[in-house]
Amino acid sequence: MALLTIRNLTVAFATASGSFRAVDGIDLSVDPREVLAIVGESGSGKSVSMLAVMGLLPDTATVTADEMTFDGHDLLHMTGAERRRIIGREITMIFQEPIASLNPSFTVGFQIEEVLRLNMGLSRHAARARAIELFTAVGIPEPAVKIHAYPHQMSGGQCQRVMIAIAIASNPRLLIADEPTTALDVTIQKQILDLLMELQERHGMALIMITHDMGVVAETADRVIVQYKGHKMEEADVLSLFEAPSHPYTRALLAALPENATGDRLPTVSDFFGQEGVQ
Amino acid sequence: MTDYVVEGKGLTQDYYVSGGMFGKAKTVRAVKGIDFAVERGKTLAIVGESGSGKSTLARIVALIDHQSGGTLTIEGHEVDIARHKPDHVLRSKVQMVFQNPYGSLNPRQKVGDVLTEPLLLNTKLSARERREKAEAMLVKVGLGAEHYNRYPHMFSGGQRQRIAIARALMLNPTLLVLDEPVSALDLSVQAQVLNLLADLQDEFSLTYVFISHDLSVVRYIADDVLVMNKGECVEQASRDEIFSAPKHPYTQMLFAATPVTDVEAIRARVAHRKALRAGAGA
Repeated sequence: MALLTIRNLTVAFATASGSFRAVDGIDLSVDPREVLAIVGESGSGKSVSMLAVMGLLPDTATVTADEMTFDGHDLLHMTGAERRRIIGREITMIFQEPIASLNPSFTVGFQIEEVLRLNMGLSRHAARARAIELFTAVGIPEPAVKIHAYPHQMSGGQCQRVMIAIAIASNPRLLIADEPTTALDVTIQKQILDLLMELQERHGMALIMITHDMGVVAETADRVIVQYKGHKMEEADVLSLFEAPSHPYTRALLAALPENATGDRLPTVSDFFGQEGVQ
Repeated sequence: MTDYVVEGKGLTQDYYVSGGMFGKAKTVRAVKGIDFAVERGKTLAIVGESGSGKSTLARIVALIDHQSGGTLTIEGHEVDIARHKPDHVLRSKVQMVFQNPYGSLNPRQKVGDVLTEPLLLNTKLSARERREKAEAMLVKVGLGAEHYNRYPHMFSGGQRQRIAIARALMLNPTLLVLDEPVSALDLSVQAQVLNLLADLQDEFSLTYVFISHDLSVVRYIADDVLVMNKGECVEQASRDEIFSAPKHPYTQMLFAATPVTDVEAIRARVAHRKALRAGAGA
């Protein structure tokens, strides 16, 4: 049975010039222990649909769906208290800007221990021990020392490791990673992706990887959803997507990768839509 | 004799870090003696991670910062901006495009004013001539003359980067320093901007110094590649040499970290995961 099921999700924003649909009729499901990648360019609604699951959208957004369930619990019609038992514990999320995601006024140790004490009910002492354990698990050197550091004293890659440690602190069953490596260098990106895959395998959690980078998809995903302007273009397992992309937009995205360039010019998305008469 | 547009010899850059109330002041050497030369109409790509000093080097080449040591030669003339402020001719020769098209355009300045300002400062053209040139340049970079009176917020990221490129080209430069010009853009927009840069290079025989951390982009655009790590040049060679046989361990590490979208590699990874799961399930 699927862990997260979404049917016909629509998110509309009230703007000065009327209602704008950022996500329009998206269906998706994630199985336990599965890595799903959602690929799209900016404006494709790939982050918005996941923020809708987390309940992190502003009041101007209207979320409607035929179904939005996590492990049998209806996420659409539940009270705040019920929602808090799932969001942040069973489903956690990490974001693109690791340094901006942490509070600059508190040490990273305080921030992870806060999660452990409030969500897991650990004592101050136990929380400290568990925090050091988690820092070790995500590969932060000298965890007992780093626990006293403030976010500005750490590099971007280390801050992302702290964010991952916080996200896995409650042993979630689903981790949503929203462009987790976009702000990082390639060598650090490789380390963070390897870490996420290792943790996913070891803890048996499901992972939703939101990205615009086909390289990240190729390195991590089991199954891929391609989104464009709020609509789902294609859904396939990773191998068939790269071997035989069926939708012209997917073909365009793959052709626009500079390493696939043949000849002098890179094909662009408009070339593909023009050729095949798709809007 | 080879026609080098820009040549650097032993370029260094020191930054002075004050020690605060108690500590001792110290100097940090961000660029530690870089040699390079770029032929007319060619592209030199400078590759490195954050902190490698690649942007510091770009700012020296673009005549924004003065180097602490070494010599910079542009079209055969040695340039020392600390002693002689660059004149209009030199300023026109070297232009720069920055990474973030949202930060490099003034939100209160119309696109027309963005484009005509370099002409106003560096040439004696009349207002009408300036406008005509700006409108022609907008068309050249794939926008329209009707965009002249619009503000930057009305444009997407890719269009803004086109405006930034148009601004850099207004003075008919010979050398363009591009500091990560496509890394803030979406994949398909990145392809359009890279195509535009290639077209413009052919048309105006421009010389590019292209700063990037993305090896796949570098492979597409560069003729020569210079790999930097911690302020030092670890490897410098033609594109084909670097991509077929990287020699330095650091370059090899960069290649190993770059994601592969090759079908065979994905097949191997999927098979590996299946095996892992079967092992865990048994």
